[in-house]
Amino acid sequence: MATPTNTSLHEEHLVHHDHVHDHDDHEESFVSKYIFSMDHKMISRQFLITAVIMAVLAMTMSVIFRLQLAWPGEKFAFVNAMLGDKWGKDGILDPNMYLALVTIHGTIMVFFVLTGGLSGTFSNLLIPYQIGARDMASGFLNMLSYWFFFASTVIMVSSLFLNDGPASAGWTIYPPLSALPEAIPGSKMGMTLWLVSMAIFIVSSLLGSLNYIITIINLRAKGMKMTRLPLTIWAFLITAILGVLSFPVLLSCALLLIFDRSFHTSFYLSDIYIGGRPLDNVGGSPILFEHLFWFLGHPEVYIVLLPALGITSEIIATNSRKPIFGYRAMIGSMLAIGFLSFIVWGHHMFMTGMNPFLGSVFVFTTLLIAIPSAVKAFNYITTMWKGNIQYTPAMLFSVGLVSSFITGGVTGIILADSTLDINVHDTYFVVAHFHIVMGLSAIFGMFAGVYHWFPKMFLRMMNKKLGYIHFWLTIITAYGVFFPMHFLGLAGVPRRYYTNSNFPMFDNLVDINEIVTICAIIGALAQGVFLFNFFYSIFRGEKAPRNPWNANSLEWTTPMANIHGNWPGELPTVHRWAYDYSKPGKDVDFIPQTTPLEEGEEDGGAH
Amino acid sequence: MSLLVLLAIVLLIIAGHQLLRIIELSRGLKKTKEWQVSDTDNNMMGKAMMLFGVLFFAFFFWQVNRWMDRSLPPAASEHGAKIDTLWDANMWLITIVFLLTNTFLFWFAYKYRGNSQNKAVYYPHNNKLEMLWTVVPAVALAFIIIFGLKYWGEIMGNSTEKDKVVIELYAKQFDWTARYTGKDGQLGETDFRQISGGNSVGLDTTDTFGYDDILVKNEFHIPVGKEIEFKMRSRDVIHSAYMPHFRAQMNCVPGMITTFKFKPTKTTAAMRQDPYVIKMMAGINKQRELEGKEPVQFDYLLLCNKICGSSHYNMQMNIIVDEETDYNAWIAKQKAVKTVADKK
Repeated sequence: MATPTNTSLHEEHLVHHDHVHDHDDHEESFVSKYIFSMDHKMISRQFLITAVIMAVLAMTMSVIFRLQLAWPGEKFAFVNAMLGDKWGKDGILDPNMYLALVTIHGTIMVFFVLTGGLSGTFSNLLIPYQIGARDMASGFLNMLSYWFFFASTVIMVSSLFLNDGPASAGWTIYPPLSALPEAIPGSKMGMTLWLVSMAIFIVSSLLGSLNYIITIINLRAKGMKMTRLPLTIWAFLITAILGVLSFPVLLSCALLLIFDRSFHTSFYLSDIYIGGRPLDNVGGSPILFEHLFWFLGHPEVYIVLLPALGITSEIIATNSRKPIFGYRAMIGSMLAIGFLSFIVWGHHMFMTGMNPFLGSVFVFTTLLIAIPSAVKAFNYITTMWKGNIQYTPAMLFSVGLVSSFITGGVTGIILADSTLDINVHDTYFVVAHFHIVMGLSAIFGMFAGVYHWFPKMFLRMMNKKLGYIHFWLTIITAYGVFFPMHFLGLAGVPRRYYTNSNFPMFDNLVDINEIVTICAIIGALAQGVFLFNFFYSIFRGEKAPRNPWNANSLEWTTPMANIHGNWPGELPTVHRWAYDYSKPGKDVDFIPQTTPLEEGEEDGGAH
Repeated sequence: MSLLVLLAIVLLIIAGHQLLRIIELSRGLKKTKEWQVSDTDNNMMGKAMMLFGVLFFAFFFWQVNRWMDRSLPPAASEHGAKIDTLWDANMWLITIVFLLTNTFLFWFAYKYRGNSQNKAVYYPHNNKLEMLWTVVPAVALAFIIIFGLKYWGEIMGNSTEKDKVVIELYAKQFDWTARYTGKDGQLGETDFRQISGGNSVGLDTTDTFGYDDILVKNEFHIPVGKEIEFKMRSRDVIHSAYMPHFRAQMNCVPGMITTFKFKPTKTTAAMRQDPYVIKMMAGINKQRELEGKEPVQFDYLLLCNKICGSSHYNMQMNIIVDEETDYNAWIAKQKAVKTVADKK
């Protein structure tokens, strides 16, 4: 691997920054510093805070529909207070609003929190910092990326206030349900806004991803070979590539749906009789939509998960005071996951009427993905082996991630097997599976990242004890919510049912639903601990030192001040990989990447 | 009253604020910072990890013990029995993996909790180990794939039986209709443009094969021991025909005909005598009694399992599996479409 030859670019930056630096801190206007900022650190904070607000919204929605699922028909003042008399009359959730909440909860969590929030926050913060760059390749595109993201969240949230309610065809918005306003009220204006919001979100995602890729490839500091990059950066790189290749397909998917809805085309529609009349549409197929949707939809799972895994790799290594075990295998498995994620989408479609023998191919490719995933899990565990584990809140969440990655991952083996999928497809078994992977693992990765890099983001420390309380309450209640759902699935309960009480065969499952809801409520309240800690620490937390966790990567060599260009003088030169923790024969248990190799010393990443 | 509440909230905020100020002021006096992880912290958190691991497994076994027998009864179809066998084998495998790896994780989390006296072991990689845990999962997965695809091919392959019953399941918001072929053994052609009040499934009125077709709602019968080939259609949006007791599911997609076939192995009457079902129904009826509802008997069900609109949660149909003679008697009593239409 050649060393990057980007010195001229850097010098240009350097000159530019040295020139403006003196004015920066004093003369920058409020608007250019806090609102239309082009600084990667500020954009990262903007992404994070937007995502936190969206997450609170989506979590509140889940509490509302969990109340309905545990105690159907019961009256809750909370439901009425949240939804008003139209959707929560007498405190009982309206069935259409139930579907709307399920839909928007999923959309917000998947796209706004775990895609925009996770990648947007940490790619922006860490890519320039950890590769040793002044900023992103294009600060302007980066700024646009955030503001498109913001616009899409505003549109999505505004759809909640529509007279007919927001989109309610499930986050996967399968037509014809999503295409026909007669089919469900949410497919009127709500669906239009959903599609507009998503189109804008895709633009945001593409601008961001292209920027991340270009920055990582071109702006690495001197000596920062690809094989010296922290695994976070590898994860962000692969995530960004997945995004660039798959999100355009979602855009085309959404565009054809917009055509079908607004211009009477028939891409997805055929042979439909609804609202007392046959429709003119002939020749389309919903299966086409499903293919296009899942061509994004499955890589999307890894777009959500890979950054969390990258963050965890970094945190586990740092806090175990050990090099990450199998650095190259970790990169290899991420590349394998990234590649395979493009040829597994059909496993969402075993029961859709897709040719079953095409399904066989997807069984094969999907189960292959379990191999690199297993390698990653084992490597995490081996990294902890014979470590000297420092339990920062970030480390707790990372261990939690590994546990839930295994727990949620193994059920994927069941679901990937088309034969076994027949009976649990679209049941709570699936809900349990993907929530443990995305709602636990990916969210834990996000929390871990926030606790770990908070000092770099806000120059202050979060409270450790509150972090501990937050972690334990969260992992206990989160498993309490999602583990029992497997058993609902085994009993054959379909997902997206407003209530199970219309089927006597589900009557004996009442206690499972109650346990799930009680855990969900406690878990939601526990996030108050985090929110308090987060916002309080932004303003009043203890001042952070330069390198609080004794970590090796470059971000900890910058001064604790948010300055443009990150490093006041010259950019750092990199001499070794990021994982020289507890190297034998050294006095300290960490060696920053900027420390030159001693004579005869081998670089750890070189194997 | 509300004034008192307001006052209490204001006081709480002031108290909280003062408390925070004390904490903030005392920070400066301490040598170690709050955020620094001490040996005590590591010790406590390491032990908590172990405790959590133990409780997590206890919770797992508690759930299995309490809820496993509320799973669906053993499959009532020929291929379903195979699925169950494969399911059990896979479930055992992943449960073992789940328990083993989590054990290692929480054990290491406890054992290697940090201490300022200790130093970690520099151990960046080991190719043999990594090869081991690439190859072992690969081999295990090979078996999973081979068996899975073998059964999948059998289940989804074309029907070879000659003596079979063909039934169309027709879905619309929000109910099901079952259509039988009638005496000619052929389903009539359909055309969605001909749907009307008297022609709810859109039979093509020019196709004489359709005249003797039989439409039933709410409940349909099938004979035990014979292959049932389902043809699924939808009038409006995607629905999914889910018959969990038979391990059968297929989406109903507007514009196309999807199929699924199975051979039921147990009549409804026999299933009601099954010890597993008896125990399960006892549990269900106990709960119903608590809620003041009538007791119920076991029935096979067809549910909708794809989000289809506001009443998605209530789109169901009973399935009765009869002995063949009973089935023949039942079907003989059903009226053909043409006779129904003529009377109108």
